[in-house]
Amino acid sequence: MRVTVTVNGQPHTREVEPRLLLVHFLRDELGLTGTHWGCDTSNCGVCTVRLDGVPVKSCTVLAVMADGHEVTTVEGLERDGELDTVQKGFVECHGLQCGFCTPGMLLTARWLLDRDPDPDETRIREAISGQLCRCTGYENIVRSIRWAAASEQEARS
Amino acid sequence: MQVPATFAYERADSVPHAIALLERYGPDARIVAGGHSLIPMMKLRLAQPEALIDINGLAGELGRVAVEGDELAIGALVRHAELLDSATATDLFPIFRDAERVIADPIVRNRGTVGGSLCQGDPSEDLAAVFAALHATAVIQGPGGVRHVPIRDFHRGPYETAVEPNELLIQLRVPVRPGTGSAYEKVERRVGDWPVAAAGAVLTVEDGVITRAGVGLTAVGAEGFRAPEAEELLVGRPPDAEAFAAAGRVAAEHCEPHADQRGPADYKRHLAAELTRRALTTAAGRI
Repeated sequence: MRVTVTVNGQPHTREVEPRLLLVHFLRDELGLTGTHWGCDTSNCGVCTVRLDGVPVKSCTVLAVMADGHEVTTVEGLERDGELDTVQKGFVECHGLQCGFCTPGMLLTARWLLDRDPDPDETRIREAISGQLCRCTGYENIVRSIRWAAASEQEARS
Repeated sequence: MQVPATFAYERADSVPHAIALLERYGPDARIVAGGHSLIPMMKLRLAQPEALIDINGLAGELGRVAVEGDELAIGALVRHAELLDSATATDLFPIFRDAERVIADPIVRNRGTVGGSLCQGDPSEDLAAVFAALHATAVIQGPGGVRHVPIRDFHRGPYETAVEPNELLIQLRVPVRPGTGSAYEKVERRVGDWPVAAAGAVLTVEDGVITRAGVGLTAVGAEGFRAPEAEELLVGRPPDAEAFAAAGRVAAEHCEPHADQRGPADYKRHLAAELTRRALTTAAGRI
C-alpha cells in the first residue's frame, strides 16, 4: 500500500505492507532512529511520537494509519539548530542517563508544556507515567521538565 | 520484534461504508480504532483477523460527547483522553473522571477509544463496570439499521459482546437524572495496570431515600460486570454507611473472582466489598 506520511515537516512516500508498524516505518524506512523501540506492548513508552500533535506509542500504530497525517519525532524538536527548551532542561538538570527513554520523555514533556505551561510535580509525574526509565532517573527528569517550564515562563514575562 | 500476520487493510469513510466492508469481509474482519488492545493481540497471534477496517476517519460521526434530551451520548470513537477532558461528561458523572484517570497511561489514553474498550470485552476492563453502573445503553448499527441494547446485556462472556460480525457499536447513551452521584474505585498493582479489582457506583437519591442504584464490578467475575443483588438492597434505604457496607458484602458474595498473578480469590472478594462500599460512599457525597 502506498502511503505518504509527513514527518517533521517533510512528506515521505513509501510502498508498505499494512502490518508495518509506525515505529519500524520511522526507523527502518526513514532512518529516524531517535524513536526507540522497547517493550513492543504499549507499556514502556520509548516509541512515543506525536501523531497530528498528540503523543502516541508508535509500536501500536500501523504506518498505514499515519497515511496523510503528520508525525513529529524527537529529531523534529530542535528548530534551526536551536534545541527545544525541554531538551535544554534535560541537559541542565541531568535528565539524560542512558538515553533510552529520553526521546519519548522529551516529546511527552513538550506536549505537557504546550497544554499546561506551569505543571506541578504531580502533574508532571502523571504525564510521564506511560514512560519507563530503566535507570529510574525520574527525579532528574521531573526537575528537567520543571526547569523547562520555568525557563519558558521567564522568557514570556 | 513482534509483527502481526498479514491482513487486508481498509479505511472506512462512513458508518454505512464500515458496515458494507464488514459484510464484504465476513466474520474474520475486525474494526480497528485505537488498536491498543487489538494490535498487541495480533502481534502475539492471539488474534489473526484477515482484514482490518479502520474507522479512525469517522470522528465526525462517532467522536462526539453531548447531552441529548435526558441522556448523555458518547460516541464509540471518543478517545479515553477526550472523555477525561470532557467537562460535559465528567461534571454530570464524575465516575468517568475517576475511571479514565486510572485506565492505562496518558499516552495510551490518547489513542484508545471508549467503544473499542467495550467491544474488546476484556473481563478486567474498567469502562464495562462504569457503564454497567450507569445503566447505559449501547447503540449498535448494522445493515438492517440501528438497535439499542442495554449495556447489561452487551457483554456475553470474556471477549464476547452483543455486536454481530456485520455490526458496529456507534454510541453509548447514559440516562441523566437529577439527584445523582457517581464514583469509581480501583486497586491496581502499579500505575496504568489492569485492576486487581474495581467497583463503580451510581446513586440517585430523592427525599433522603435511594431510588436508583447502579453497582458495577470488574476483574472479579461478576456476570455482566454488575451487582444486581447489591442494587436491590440499596433501593428504598437511606444513603448511609450501614447500607453501603451491606451492599459491599452482598456484591462480594455474588461475584466469582479467580486467583491469578494479581492476587488470590479471597483478597479480590475482600476488595469487591470494600471498593463497592467506598465507591457508594463517594457517590453519595457527590449528589
